[in-house]
Amino acid sequence: MKEIAQTTRPAGNYMRAVMAVTWKDLAAELRSRELLSSMLVFSLLVILIFYFTLELDVKARNGITAGALWVTFSFAGTLGLNRSMAVEKDRGCLDGLLLAPVDRSAIYFGKAISNLAFMLIVEAIVLPVYSIMYNVNLLNLGLIMVTLLGSIGYSAVGTLLAAMSVQTRTRDVLLPILLFPLVIPVLVAAVKASSGFLLALDISEIIPWLNILIVYDLIFIAVSFMVFDFVVEE
Amino acid sequence: MRCLLRKPKVEVEIGMIEVKKLVKRFGLKTVLRGVDFQVAPGEFVVLLGPNGAGKTTFLRILASLSRPSLGHVSVAGFSLPAQSASVRQRLGVVSHMPLLYADLTAEENLQFYGRLYNISAINERITAVLDLIGLAHRRRDMVRTFSRGMQQRLAIGRAVLHDPDVMLFDEPYTGLDQDASEMLDDVLKNVAAAGRTVVMTSHDLARAEELGTRFDILSRGVISASSTRAELGSGNLLTFYKQALAG
Repeated sequence: MKEIAQTTRPAGNYMRAVMAVTWKDLAAELRSRELLSSMLVFSLLVILIFYFTLELDVKARNGITAGALWVTFSFAGTLGLNRSMAVEKDRGCLDGLLLAPVDRSAIYFGKAISNLAFMLIVEAIVLPVYSIMYNVNLLNLGLIMVTLLGSIGYSAVGTLLAAMSVQTRTRDVLLPILLFPLVIPVLVAAVKASSGFLLALDISEIIPWLNILIVYDLIFIAVSFMVFDFVVEE
Repeated sequence: MRCLLRKPKVEVEIGMIEVKKLVKRFGLKTVLRGVDFQVAPGEFVVLLGPNGAGKTTFLRILASLSRPSLGHVSVAGFSLPAQSASVRQRLGVVSHMPLLYADLTAEENLQFYGRLYNISAINERITAVLDLIGLAHRRRDMVRTFSRGMQQRLAIGRAVLHDPDVMLFDEPYTGLDQDASEMLDDVLKNVAAAGRTVVMTSHDLARAEELGTRFDILSRGVISASSTRAELGSGNLLTFYKQALAG
């Protein structure tokens, strides 16, 4: 017989819960590599398909680069979002998260940060590969900033919608159907801003698109913070 | 396996669980039709009923995973859904799903939940819990290498990690073989002996009779019958159950 004293401190450590969820996702992915490998292989295949189907001259390549990149990022991102939430649902772990005595938005932010990290890792590999294959210089600070802003918006909306769609039988189909119409503003702004940086346009022509990205990110992070609790509860 | 003696962290004078006129609807379908249910501190209540009676729905409402459509629900003195975070701090839940991450070790799973529950001295607590469930030797093994029985024991370890006053078990024996079920019996007895309030759903009447101090029958969306072990006597649970369903 052994007595164990009470071991809990007052609840409410919001950031600790956010980081715990992110740490858990990254640690599990580091072991299994299921999510990252599928996102990466898919991304590389999309780039290859573009490469073989579009025989473009240098000027045309620069014109389609931004579009091709964001098509690749968004498709691979959807794959990652689906998988990331499916892991929680399939073994009942989502209930385990929801049973924790923390504000449920902390779970949302933890998942959104890990989804963002997975997207950024894939993008960090895809950009140099694309550069080499298409002979286009993508080592551009502006492009990297747009990629970051676009990925934040994509992960913010995608994590919320993945939490909704994972509760349905048709989750694999439902997520893209719900997600793509909502992320059109992000994709359009990201493609325009990326093109602007790649074609070395004047910054005054790019700033409006950057503003759209920033506003979209802020709005959807705020909306997700407010509604996540209702989305995950029966 | 050691028994963890403890006292409830909250002093609840009436019932540890209080449910009055609980109704739950999913669209046009009414699953619970006015459930009244009270559990005193330290009681081990087994909730019996046929498939589709609403047992899991009822436990999910108690666990704050589902909102009641109508009625009053309080756990450990806190109302649901208004004070759900306070309820969840005092609640441990085990279902037939382990709620564990296959690609993390037993220790990492418990560390993760320990962080969510903001438990201090987490490593000492994990050691004590792994001792309780008999998995100290598998501490650093990945959960995907565990048998179903071991995963269920670790699930109980996860549920008692934050030392809850109230525990909910939803069909914890599902999918377990005889040995694993017997081992789970020991763990459940230890959990109950520690003074916790327990509500368990089960279809296994023999196990229910062995473990429970009270038996409630949930049928057609209401608690149709209730009896304590002392009132029933030994070996009469099956008759009681059949009469409750027939009536």
